[in-house]
Amino acid sequence: MSPFVEALTRVPPLLAAHLLLAASALLLGLAISLPLAIWSARRSGVARVALGFASLVQTVPSLALLALFYPLLLFVSGLVGGGIPALGFLPSLLALTLYALLPILRNGVTGLLGLDPAVIEAADGVGMTSWQKLRLVEAPLVAPVLMAGIRTAAVWTIGAATLSTTVGQPSLGDMIFAGLQTQNWALVLAGCLSAAALALAVDALLGLIERGIAQRKRGRVWAASGVLLVGVLLALTPLWPRSGDTITIGAKNFGEQYILARVIGHRLERAGYHVQYRDGLGSAVVFGALKTDAIDVYVDYAGTIWTNEMKRRDIPARPAMVAAIGDWAAKTAQVRLLGALGFENAYAFAMKDAAAKAKGVASLDDLVRVAPQLTLGADLEFLERPEWAAVQRAYPLKFGASHAYSPTFMYQALASGQADVISAFSSDGRIAAQHLTVLSDPRHAIPGYDAILMVAPGRAKDAKLVAALQPMVGRIPVEAMRAANYQVDRDADKATPDAAARWLERKVGL
Amino acid sequence: MSVQSPGPAVAFAGVTKAYAGGTIAVDGVSVEIAGGSFVALVGSSGSGKSTLLKMINRLIAPSAGEVRIGGVGVGDEPAHVLRRRIGYVFQNIGLFPHMSVAENIAIGLRLAGERANAERVAELLDLVELPREFAMRRPDALSGGQRQRVGVARALATAPGLLLLDEPFGALDPVTRDQLGTAIRQLHDRLGLTTIMVTHDMAEALILADRVLVMDAGRIVADATPKALLAGEGGPVAAALVAVPREQARKLQALERGA
Repeated sequence: MSPFVEALTRVPPLLAAHLLLAASALLLGLAISLPLAIWSARRSGVARVALGFASLVQTVPSLALLALFYPLLLFVSGLVGGGIPALGFLPSLLALTLYALLPILRNGVTGLLGLDPAVIEAADGVGMTSWQKLRLVEAPLVAPVLMAGIRTAAVWTIGAATLSTTVGQPSLGDMIFAGLQTQNWALVLAGCLSAAALALAVDALLGLIERGIAQRKRGRVWAASGVLLVGVLLALTPLWPRSGDTITIGAKNFGEQYILARVIGHRLERAGYHVQYRDGLGSAVVFGALKTDAIDVYVDYAGTIWTNEMKRRDIPARPAMVAAIGDWAAKTAQVRLLGALGFENAYAFAMKDAAAKAKGVASLDDLVRVAPQLTLGADLEFLERPEWAAVQRAYPLKFGASHAYSPTFMYQALASGQADVISAFSSDGRIAAQHLTVLSDPRHAIPGYDAILMVAPGRAKDAKLVAALQPMVGRIPVEAMRAANYQVDRDADKATPDAAARWLERKVGL
Repeated sequence: MSVQSPGPAVAFAGVTKAYAGGTIAVDGVSVEIAGGSFVALVGSSGSGKSTLLKMINRLIAPSAGEVRIGGVGVGDEPAHVLRRRIGYVFQNIGLFPHMSVAENIAIGLRLAGERANAERVAELLDLVELPREFAMRRPDALSGGQRQRVGVARALATAPGLLLLDEPFGALDPVTRDQLGTAIRQLHDRLGLTTIMVTHDMAEALILADRVLVMDAGRIVADATPKALLAGEGGPVAAALVAVPREQARKLQALERGA
């Protein structure tokens, strides 16, 4: 099977989720913007506020809009005493709904204000109530302009829905983000083409409805609406029957996480669970998702929880840190830490061997001296993380420049000379493969990053699940993890995360 | 068609329309219009004649005073109920472009909850002297005069006793204008309507109406029969308006004699 055809097999469930999300957002957007358009057309003050707000929303990048709903919903959930999911469908729905507002609202208002005043006077003159006027005169006359707005909104919504992957809502974006991360271009292509095909198909059907309305051909309107409805119903079907218990496994946005999620998934499937994956979660978001049971299990790293969630600055020994995290997680969030997997994936500053030798750099202390002549390549979040702040407190590093990359491109930036030092990961297979020197941390500024297996509150007492995952604890040495990671991360002859997971399972006997 | 019972009387009592900013469109008008009469409201642009007319069917609300139809205040019932009993025809016609001629004509019946019936539409098309096969056409397939005839048919569909005409022939060519004016006067007589017509054309008012009210700066400055106006009994504003068509007629006669 060619990689592209293989990638296409992942499309149906994601396409269904994508369509449902976009359709829900569009319907909610219609439900909000139609009355608002009518109200705006009657009152110019309302129009100014409504159109101003909708335009403002459009200026917020869609990714940021999605991300902003996470803290917002957490806050609201806190106000009402919990229960509002801050990840997954709800934030995606709300963000996309806001995005859908503007074109519908603007076309609706423009259409209503552009109606021939004589026709409106006649409607009043013959004694129509305002509801009759809306139903018999305004709605049919505005419909073609309004439909054009709805088409625009539909295409935007379907496009932006790919970004909902980042807040843990499955969509065709899962394929695009995962493919981008593992440089599986067939996967990216399949995801993009599917999203584009969906947008084009929906646009064509809405176009058919639009022309049907304009030419007063009811049959055409009903037929196209029927096809849309059947599409949504088909997309709904996987949601109806679901045998067994479904476990959602979270993963952050890099290869190692994808692989470990599959290892977890394979074990749970063997234990009789139905498994689904939420790949590509931001590392700031993923623990929140676990706390609220939006995901059931995932692998995090001790230092990340220690600094980001617990806000600790002291650096204890690795086993003590893991134990303290376990206590903290159980006490504050009822999250269960099953144990450390056996390897560490620490932030590690890395340089090319040759460059490190030439400049005489072996530690972060040495780096301080030459940093002003060097460019730092960091992963997307590193420069915002407390670990970077801790490093800066310990070592007065002043780089000539710094750039943020997605992890894969960060290694390429180092290889191509665009960056001289990168914030690498100690379990990364590319450290050995690309002949990199990892700089030592003599002042112990960077905490330990033991990979730890975390279970959501709702699953913490699930004995069968714990029994299925317990064997992973202490079983994965860093060499094995590096080798598995390299299979996914290398530039040529890539393996899928699933295949790398199977290889890792065989290697360590899981 | 037999003459129906005469249309209702219309009475204005101290009716004023002042807009925010101080513009006074209608200034304390009190006048009574007898049931079954054909009254023309004449005046130059901005004299308040259209505003006065639209306060009858509440397209405009008076700032002060009261309008009564057949002794009942127009504010005593919801505006849409009132308007369904009043025929309204205006310069820009306002046919519903997404409806056929038949649907346009029958809209009042539809609003009243009656089933649109082809026979009634055909009768109304006969009444305004349009071919019955026009029923299935769209408004944009008609000429301006034909459209205004549909507008009149729409206004008369629910058999109202009162017909309000706001510059009904303003956008039509002179020949169509003349024909339609005559047709409306005949309808008025046959159906026993009370008809109030706003026009800036004094000749039209003199020829069609029983009684002419001349408006200037929101007040009624002359109230007389066409004959009395022609005899110069309407005062200076009315005389100036009457002078225009009279002078035109005189020049035409002179031309004829010279030829």
